[in-house]
Amino acid sequence: MIIAQRKPLEEIKEMVASYEKVLVLGCGTCVAVCFAGGEKEAKLLASELRMARQMEGKSTQIIEHTIQRQCEWEFIDPIKELVASVDAVVSTACGIGVQGMAERFEDKPIFPGVNTTFLGMPVQPGEFVERCQACGDCILDLTGGICPVARCAKSLMNGPCGGSQNGKCEVNPETPCAWQLIYDRLSKLGQLERLLDVMPAKNWSTSRDGGLRKIIREDLKL
Amino acid sequence: MSETAFEPEITAFVCQYCGDMAADSAGWNRISYPANVKIVRLPCTGKVDVHHILNAFEHGADGVYVVACPEGNCHHINGNLSAKRRVKYAQSLLDEVGVGGNRLEMFHVTAAQGDEFARIAAEMTERIRALGPSPVRRAMGK
Repeated sequence: MIIAQRKPLEEIKEMVASYEKVLVLGCGTCVAVCFAGGEKEAKLLASELRMARQMEGKSTQIIEHTIQRQCEWEFIDPIKELVASVDAVVSTACGIGVQGMAERFEDKPIFPGVNTTFLGMPVQPGEFVERCQACGDCILDLTGGICPVARCAKSLMNGPCGGSQNGKCEVNPETPCAWQLIYDRLSKLGQLERLLDVMPAKNWSTSRDGGLRKIIREDLKL
Repeated sequence: MSETAFEPEITAFVCQYCGDMAADSAGWNRISYPANVKIVRLPCTGKVDVHHILNAFEHGADGVYVVACPEGNCHHINGNLSAKRRVKYAQSLLDEVGVGGNRLEMFHVTAAQGDEFARIAAEMTERIRALGPSPVRRAMGK
């Protein structure tokens, strides 16, 4: 899922400083699961904003609402009237949701309440780790289900590098070396011979290097 | 509101097993504690949400504290430890807002410790009295 982190209150306060009535809009999917921008987090942010603005003698018309997803028109459209009733919106969705809102409500200032951080998973309660970079050409079949693109600091296709020390990455001694993990996993699977093949240079045009990506499925069109 | 007339409004979230029973023990033993403290009884302090704490401050509380079972002795195994972590997080949010994390505290008592419950109530009342009204309450003009 998409992992995000709440922006500092000071930054959000500054964004909405000149607006009277502000809607804090939570998103009930990815950012709710990572506790950054779901219903509860939207409530907390709205409460913080109200108190901070009260102390500054500013308008405390901060309301909160949460929709299931801010990245699909079906969920955005039903709150048209609510959005029309406020001067600005702080969206605690990921960058996709913020842009979805901005695209649908062209005349309304939409501000991000979180920093969209990475694609990952909660490996244990309270700990979220990156797992995928959406490179557009998955090679997990070759690497024992462990992604060197996302989990190796250098995104090496043929690792490990000389910075792998005792199974850890030189960039951060707490981070496991992705290629050590790949070796260990392939070893368990009895597929170490896979490492004898040299992987060719990766074609990054399917990733961000190819510019904005788009998928068209004619079978799904109406 | 003059500083000398200031009487803190304090909200105490207590669990029904230890915190609330300790308050009852104080009563049985005729131990009085400051009337500034308003008690909110919960099935377990694991039910305390950061939102409940912020809500209390937003509505004019000068101080908030949570009274849980002793560590390792929670009737719901680890609800008190969850509450402890949430209190710490809420303190950081209160610092961020400018209300002050030191207006929020976590305590542990056993059901029999009526005297300790009263001591905590007095300690928090004195602490908040020294800090003065919450900036939010002051801004509300209450």
